Amino acid sequence: MGWQWFHRLGSPRWFYEKTSRWMFWLALVTVVLLIVGTVWGLAFAPMDSKQGNSYRIIFIHVPTAFLALAGYYVMAIAGAVGIIWQIKLSYMVMRSAATIGAVLTFIALLTGAVWGKPTWGTWWVWDARITSMLVLFFLYLGVIALQGAYQNGVTANKASAILALVGTVNIPIIYKSVDWWFTLHQPATLKFMGESSIDISMAYPLLVMISGFYCLYAWLMLHWTRAEIVESEQKTVWVRDLLKG
Amino acid sequence: MLFQFESLTDFMYMSGHGPYVWGSYIVTAIALGALVVLPLLKQRQSFIRLKRQQRIEAGQSQSLIIK
Repeated sequence: MGWQWFHRLGSPRWFYEKTSRWMFWLALVTVVLLIVGTVWGLAFAPMDSKQGNSYRIIFIHVPTAFLALAGYYVMAIAGAVGIIWQIKLSYMVMRSAATIGAVLTFIALLTGAVWGKPTWGTWWVWDARITSMLVLFFLYLGVIALQGAYQNGVTANKASAILALVGTVNIPIIYKSVDWWFTLHQPATLKFMGESSIDISMAYPLLVMISGFYCLYAWLMLHWTRAEIVESEQKTVWVRDLLKG
Repeated sequence: MLFQFESLTDFMYMSGHGPYVWGSYIVTAIALGALVVLPLLKQRQSFIRLKRQQRIEAGQSQSLIIK
């Protein structure tokens, strides 16, 4: 059967060379989307009738929170693939996803707190959504810490992959938290199915920002994984040639 | 689509929410910038290490020739 592609995908060299061609174009699309979305959101989208201008934080808060959740699945799945098929590259993806995810979760929490101050009158509440997001942040940090806790790379990879897999329980909880416990955090304004409760004039720049952040995430994942490849394969001839040239 | 503010000062001030909004955007930009720069520094370190190793290897082969 045609399993060759799968094993080729697991080859760091093949991955590095294949993705080299994508980096520039992906970066270009990302930069354009993020600039258009930011300018649109900050200067041209109308002011919110209830929250005033503070709502403009939504254009970074929602995309980063989205990706913090989606990125957790990327990390957990990469970890599972690593455990099952013993693929080195898969663990590199998992390690990259942990750092990027932690930073995105941090941004989502921070912008949420800053948005909360003028809107709710407080920086922080132990609301279900916020608390489960904080747990997500600690899970990401846990994976990073476990990675550094073992001398042996193989053990470290396995341990953090298992933690990542166990932590996936938290993701549906975060997602559903605004419906299960109706506390302070507002429910989702954008919906995949059914009518969104956000006005079109605000939804368009938000969608541009979400697509921009998705591209940024993809680019960052490739960027970090490529750096991991260069570091771990630096004794091979092809990386030596690469660094020389 | 119109520019929503009267002036540039008004845009900065954002009817009192300026520090919150601009602060969020600036911190986000710094954090994301770090994610872009860190792997580049790591790659540069690998490069420097490789150069040093190559110099050592070259030096060893020279001393062999002298002997």
